[in-house]
Amino acid sequence: MMKINKEVMYKMVRAIASVREEEIGCDDCFEKVDTFVDLELAGKEAGEALPLVKDHLERCQNCREEYEALLTAVRAMSEK
Amino acid sequence: MEERTNQEWLDELRGPNKDQAIQDLREILIEGLGYALGDHHRENMDVLIEDFVQEALIKILDNLDSFRGESKLTTWAQKIAVRVAYSEFRRKRWEDVSIEQFIPEDSGTDFTPAILTDPDPTPEQVTTQDKLIQIIIRKVEEELTDRQRKAIYAVMFGEMPLQEVAKQMGTNRNALYKMIYDARKKLRESLLRDGLTPEEVLAAFEIS
Repeated sequence: MMKINKEVMYKMVRAIASVREEEIGCDDCFEKVDTFVDLELAGKEAGEALPLVKDHLERCQNCREEYEALLTAVRAMSEK
Repeated sequence: MEERTNQEWLDELRGPNKDQAIQDLREILIEGLGYALGDHHRENMDVLIEDFVQEALIKILDNLDSFRGESKLTTWAQKIAVRVAYSEFRRKRWEDVSIEQFIPEDSGTDFTPAILTDPDPTPEQVTTQDKLIQIIIRKVEEELTDRQRKAIYAVMFGEMPLQEVAKQMGTNRNALYKMIYDARKKLRESLLRDGLTPEEVLAAFEIS
């Protein structure tokens, strides 16, 4: 039996409240996330260049964790 | 290892002497994945990483034509290796969990939420939050399709990864995101019809 607590409801309400007309899905995000990472590591405003990717990364935990792992990898390799 | 431009990578990976380029890319991906998975502690991580990279390399070589050159080729390739690794970790972590278990038992009629876990809410807050929870749960029950409802419970209440929920529902991660997106929109519109802006509802749950 699931416990429906305040934290879970807050997350759900936030997901409802923040829905936008224009959102991209996981495939479109995956398509561009490498470009997003390279822009970021080049010191550019990745979020401004690719706002829908930024938005999706804020919403989707799976995509966000892969993005963070990719950023960690590419950053570490470029600092060698 | 020599630095290569994207074009040099592509030419070499497609050329007659591709073995060296593949070997160099393999080393980059193995090292990168080591950093990427630094927080994951598993037995035989080195072997796991080699397996992930091997699987990724097959996908990479099969999909070179889809590389559009907007990023560095090595970043693009690393993205594929990260996806392979995370997909496997999620599969392992969730393989014995069924999405069915996240459907509230009382689902259907007169659903009453469990007692709030806020350690110290004021009585007014409890009343407002409790009412709102009931309203939202009722909307989830009455206005969403069975599949939307199942997905919402598993992803939001069960915190299951989209990838695993999608698999159990016979769809894919992207389609599931879209299904949940449609559900979020429907719920938002329904709240608005009742004169409740989602922002107001959100404010009632803000930590005071």
